[in-house]
Amino acid sequence: MPEMNLLEAIRQGLDEAMAADTRVFIFGEDVGKRGGVFRVTEGLYDKYGPMRVIDSPLAESVIVGACIGAAMNDTLPIAEIQFADFIAPAFNQIVQEAARIHYRSNGDWEVPLVIRTPYGGGIHGALYHSQSVEAFFAHVPGLKVVTPSTPYDAKGLLKSAIEDPNPVLFLEHKKTYRLIKGFVPEEDYRVPIGPADIKRPGEDISVFAYGLMLHYCLEAAQTLAAEGVSVEVVDLRTLRPLDTETILASVRRTGKALIVHEDNLFGGFGGEVAAIIAEHAFEDLDGPVMRIGGPDVPAMPFAHSLEAAFMPSPASIATAMRRLAAY
Amino acid sequence: MTVSINEISASPGFGHDLPPHTLQDMLRYMMLARALDERMWVLNRAGKAPFVISCQGHEAAQVGAAFALSRGKDFVLPYYRGLATVLVMGMTPTEVMLGLFARATDPSSGGRQMPAHYGCRRLKIVTQSSPVGTQIAHAAGIGLAEKIKGGDAVAWVSFGEGTTSQGDFHEALNLAAVHRLPVIFQCENNEYAISVHQRQQMAVASVADRGPAYGIPGISVDGTDVLAVYEVTRRAVERARRGDGPTLIEARVVRMTAHSSDDNDRTYRPPHELTLVRHQDPIVRFVAQLREHGILSEAEEQAMRAEVAAIVDRATEEAERAPMPEPETLYDHVYAPARPRR
Ligand SMILES: Cc1ncc(C[n+]2csc(CCOP(=O)(O)OP(=O)(O)O)c2C)c(N)n1
Ligand SMILES: [Mg+2]
Repeated sequence: MPEMNLLEAIRQGLDEAMAADTRVFIFGEDVGKRGGVFRVTEGLYDKYGPMRVIDSPLAESVIVGACIGAAMNDTLPIAEIQFADFIAPAFNQIVQEAARIHYRSNGDWEVPLVIRTPYGGGIHGALYHSQSVEAFFAHVPGLKVVTPSTPYDAKGLLKSAIEDPNPVLFLEHKKTYRLIKGFVPEEDYRVPIGPADIKRPGEDISVFAYGLMLHYCLEAAQTLAAEGVSVEVVDLRTLRPLDTETILASVRRTGKALIVHEDNLFGGFGGEVAAIIAEHAFEDLDGPVMRIGGPDVPAMPFAHSLEAAFMPSPASIATAMRRLAAY
Repeated sequence: MTVSINEISASPGFGHDLPPHTLQDMLRYMMLARALDERMWVLNRAGKAPFVISCQGHEAAQVGAAFALSRGKDFVLPYYRGLATVLVMGMTPTEVMLGLFARATDPSSGGRQMPAHYGCRRLKIVTQSSPVGTQIAHAAGIGLAEKIKGGDAVAWVSFGEGTTSQGDFHEALNLAAVHRLPVIFQCENNEYAISVHQRQQMAVASVADRGPAYGIPGISVDGTDVLAVYEVTRRAVERARRGDGPTLIEARVVRMTAHSSDDNDRTYRPPHELTLVRHQDPIVRFVAQLREHGILSEAEEQAMRAEVAAIVDRATEEAERAPMPEPETLYDHVYAPARPRR
C-alpha cells in the first residue's frame, strides 16, 4: 500500500473518478494548466483536456450555479472554490438552490454535485485564507457536509461524494494537505458518507473532532495516555448527515464528552453535538459536556503571535482533556 | 452586434412561412394562458388561491419564443411569469391549476412551492425558486454540460429586467459568452420590478445593450409581437445549435396586472399608464393580425375562446378535487436516495 499525503489522495480520487466515468468534470479557478493553487488537480488537465478540467471565470456564484445546471443535465460536476473564505458569493446557489432542488421539486430533480474547497488556518493565511465555514452549511438540510482528516478517508469519501445524487460540500483542511500522510490502498474502495470513525479507542473520556483538530486531539490523547488517562478520539468525518449513534454510544461508555473544532465557538458545530449529547445521554454523563473552539473574533489574524493565539493546540486540548477527566 | 428590429421585420412575409394552423395554435396558447391567468385572479378574490402572479401582457413573448424551441429536447428555465411558456412546453392546464391549489399531484413541487414556480423533469422544465436570477446561472451550466457531452440541445431561460441587476445575470452571460454555450437569455422587460421603474434599475436604454459588452448579440424585440419574438428566437436557437454561442434577447412587454395578488400598482403607476397598457394587449394585436391576413375568421375566434374557457373550467374543477399533500410527506425528498453505480 503506497503512502501519500492527503492532497495526493484527493488528486488520485479525482483522477480515478474521471477515468471511470466520462460524466465527471472539474470546474473552478486555476484548476487547469496550473493544477489549482494548491496543486490538487495537477496533471488532470493534461490527462483529460480542457473540456473536463475547466478554468472558470473568477465568479463563485456561477461556478456553483453552472455546476448545478450541469448536474441537472446528466453530468457529474466537481466545483472547486479556491478558498472556503470565498464561498460567500456562492452561498445563495448552494443553500437556496443546490440544497433545495430535490425537496422543492418533490423528488423530481437531483443535483449530484461536489463542491470541494480548502478551509482552515494555521498556515499564515490571515483573515481571508483561514476560515472554517462548516457551521454555515451544516445547518442546511438537503446538503451533505464532509470533513475528511486522513488520506484514506479523503479519497474514499471523495468517491462516495462524486457518486452521491445530492450536493456534497467537501471540506479539505489546507494544513492537512501535505502534513498528514497515510496508507491508501491501490484497489478501488469507498468510505461511506455518514459514519463517524473511532480513530483511537479509549475508556475515560470521548473526544469528537474532524479535520486538522482530529490530529491535534490524537496528539493530546497520546500525552494523556502517558498520564494514565485513556482518551477515545472519534473522527466525525461527516458533519451532515451526522452519525449520532456513534457519538452517543461513545459517550455512554465513557460518560464524558469534549468537542473540538477550529471554527469559533459561538453557534459552532460543537454546539449541535453538545446538544445531542445533553438531550440523549444526560443520564450517562459524569461531567459537563465541554467544547473547544476558535475564539469569537471575526477571523484568524496574520501575525504569527496572533495566529498561534487563535488556533487550538495539542497543548490546549490536553489541558481541557485533563479537566474533563478529573470529574 | 445589437441587431435592429427593422432587420427582423424586413424578413419574409407575414407569419415567417409558418402554416396557418401553427399560427392559430400560437394564438390558442396565448388565449389559454390568459384565460387560466384570469381565472386564477377570480379564485384569489374568492379566497380559494392565496397567491397569484401573472403572465398577462407577456404571452406573445413567451409563446413566440417557445414555438422556436424543440419540446422535450431543449431545456427551459422560465421564471414565475412563465405560464404561457410552460403550457407550450407541455404542462397541462390541470397541472397548472394543481400548482395554484398546492395539491399533492402538482407536477412542479407537489404543493411545496408557491404557485408559478414551475418545473417538470420529463418536459425539461427546470425547477425554479424564488430568489430571482439564480436560474440564469443554471441555464449556463446546462449549456456547459451540453457542450461537454457534444449534444445539440439548447437552454432557454427567462427573467425580468429588474433581475438583470443581479450578479448571477452578469456572471452567467459572461460564462456563456466565454465558452460559446448554447443558451438563450430572454429578458421579459415590463419596465417594472414590483414598483421600481427600469430607470432606477439600469442606466442603459435597453437590456439588449448588455449583450455586446459580453461579446454576444443583444437583440431588442417588441415582445407583444408574437411573430417577431418567434423569429429572433428561431435565429438564436439556430446560432446556439451551430455552436456559435448565446444570444441575449430583450422582449419589451407590458405588465397588465399588479406585480402579484399582494400588490396594488395604483400606488405607483400613473392612471394614464394603466389605461395605455390595456391598449397594448398582445392577444388583441395577434387576433387583428390573423384577421387581417385571413387566417382567423370571427367564428373561429369565438370557437377558440369557447374551447379555452371550457378547458379552464375543467382544469379548475379537476384540480380543486385533487387531494392535498399528506402531512407525513413533509419529510420526503430531503435527500435523494443512492443510485446503483454505473
Ligand atoms: C433575490 C431576490 N430579491 C428580492 C425578491 C423579491 N422580488 C420578487 S419579484 C421582484 C421584482 C422582479 O422584477 P423583474 O425582474 O423586473 O420581473 P417582473 O416581476 O417585473 O416580471 C422582487 C424584488 C426576490 N424574489 N429575490
Ligand atoms: Mg419587470
